Amino acid sequence: MQSSVSRLSLWLLLTPFLLWIVLLVLLPHLQMLRVSFQVRESWDTLAWGIDQYRNFFTESYYWRTFVRTGVMSLFTTFLTLIIAFPIAWYIARLARGKARGLLFLACLIPFWASELVRTYGWMILLRESGLISSWLQLLGLADAPVEMLYNDVAVIIGLVYNGLLFMVVPLVTTLDGLDENLVEAGYDLGGGHLTVMREVVVPWAMPGIVSGCIVVFMLTLGSYLTPILMGGKDSAWFTQQIFTQFITRFNWEQGAALGVLLLVLSSVIVWVGLRLSGQSLRKVMG
Amino acid sequence: MASDSDLSCTGLVRRFSGHAAVDHVSLNVPAGTFFSILGPSGCGKTTLLRMLAGFDKPDQGDIYIRGQRMNDVPPNRRPVNMVFQHLALFPTMSVGDNIGYGLKRQKVPLAERRKRIAEVLEQVGLPGLEGRNPQQLSGGQRQRVALARCLVLKPTLLLLDEPLGALDLKLREQMKVELKHLQKAFGTTFVYITHDQSEAMVMSDQVAVMKDGRFDQVAPPEALYREPATPFVAGFVGDNNRISGDLVAVQGELAEIRLDDGSLVRGRIASDDLETGGRVDLFIRPESLVLAGDALNSGYSGMDACIRSTLFDGANSRVEAEGAGNNTLYARLPQDGSAPRFNENATVRLAWDPALARVFGARI
Repeated sequence: MQSSVSRLSLWLLLTPFLLWIVLLVLLPHLQMLRVSFQVRESWDTLAWGIDQYRNFFTESYYWRTFVRTGVMSLFTTFLTLIIAFPIAWYIARLARGKARGLLFLACLIPFWASELVRTYGWMILLRESGLISSWLQLLGLADAPVEMLYNDVAVIIGLVYNGLLFMVVPLVTTLDGLDENLVEAGYDLGGGHLTVMREVVVPWAMPGIVSGCIVVFMLTLGSYLTPILMGGKDSAWFTQQIFTQFITRFNWEQGAALGVLLLVLSSVIVWVGLRLSGQSLRKVMG
Repeated sequence: MASDSDLSCTGLVRRFSGHAAVDHVSLNVPAGTFFSILGPSGCGKTTLLRMLAGFDKPDQGDIYIRGQRMNDVPPNRRPVNMVFQHLALFPTMSVGDNIGYGLKRQKVPLAERRKRIAEVLEQVGLPGLEGRNPQQLSGGQRQRVALARCLVLKPTLLLLDEPLGALDLKLREQMKVELKHLQKAFGTTFVYITHDQSEAMVMSDQVAVMKDGRFDQVAPPEALYREPATPFVAGFVGDNNRISGDLVAVQGELAEIRLDDGSLVRGRIASDDLETGGRVDLFIRPESLVLAGDALNSGYSGMDACIRSTLFDGANSRVEAEGAGNNTLYARLPQDGSAPRFNENATVRLAWDPALARVFGARI
């Protein structure tokens, strides 16, 4: 009796989680996987095949976009890490009391607005008739309006900005737990700033670094609005291709195949990243 | 600077928002000695140690190590290493890498490094543990690794910040002795800070008793125990009984004191600021208090006290008694078990040799 009650409550507790996993994660992905292997022979007949995947590898535009998206996402993740580390260091180690809360809030505030609004904010700054362009003209550094949008730099700026918080939070958490004495011991035994950073701080912060990188990388790889708004129509982000297949061309089979490939790409890169940093997913996700 | 002095400081001052944590401290540590700084928490001993290590800078005064002025030398360039209170072993490195960290910074080649790591581990009694993680070791083993990590660098000066605090009692007793032996074996000058007077007494060649940012007394442990220079040292180092009274007369070395219950007792004068008629404190060690039967030495002073309880603690067994003016007094029981059993509330006479009691002006 007792055990059946506790079993029932366990199931009740698990239900939302199971529904979430099965309905929103597992089923759509299985469905997508199935669709990606369907080949439309005519308007009412379907066959199984790998035509969509063959398309991907033969059509250079597909896989070039694919590689470009992967490389730029990796670069964005790295850049986010480089920018977020000093911020996290400051918040976790140097700021005290109220200042600390305010700094954290400052990182959080942009995320109260939607990605769309944030991205338009950047567009206001960077566009031809935007703030930075007119300042440059006022200062005499440029004699005509400067267009800073619609290139890769603009895309990366927008993506780094979007990912920053997700890198700062895990870094602050791990750096917060770093014992000041460890850093001091690093100096005491003869290490300079660089050595202490490389030998003591970074190994300690590794779980935070890796988990931040995974989150930022996934977000970047799967982002759609920022590349399209800041990079323009030709920004060639892989999610755009998926969107085009699904919505514009109504080619669900091809869209599904590209979606599966994106999932495989992100999984492989995360796995390689974990391998290279010697971390395990369990350790990183705590 | 004398060349046989490893560390010498003159007039060190460190202020934190107006309050002087370290207040004009001067010290001189001869090479190869074990020097302890003993004081209650908040007395400034940690601040002093951090200045020696280079983590903090004195507002005034100079630090010399082997005659070299160290004030502006950063911690990683000082010939000084520190064993931290919580050891601060790098958790992301193995024991061998922890010890090799400093050698690597000195650009010692790999083969030589391996050899020296193995050597030092042998010396601290942990041969072959290079590959372990610090987390896998016991408290005492971690302690030794922390020591080895510093000693392998052959520093001029080793600073120790209460490293035994985290150990349990039995292990602490063992490590005390071991630390002293290691210090002798390596010949390195140790500067050890602690609030535990027994640690300081057992291990040190010289002990500085620190209070409110100043040194009250610097002396070998025995001198500190037998000839305390201030009432604080008398009360802080070892157990002591304190009895208050008024100074009636001074007879050479001895002072005659009227206790609050009217009885007259005597003790040796330990400070020169005593005035007849002023309040004084008389300090008597528990082992100097004799439970007097009828065979009372005529030169002894004595007072009646009421037994409260007997505290059995092996060789350190004592009786707790209440003397004049509700003073709680402790008297050491004879170690051979020859003491009679006392009934509670029995009255006994506690006596002492006046030469073994110390009289200081009372602190207001």
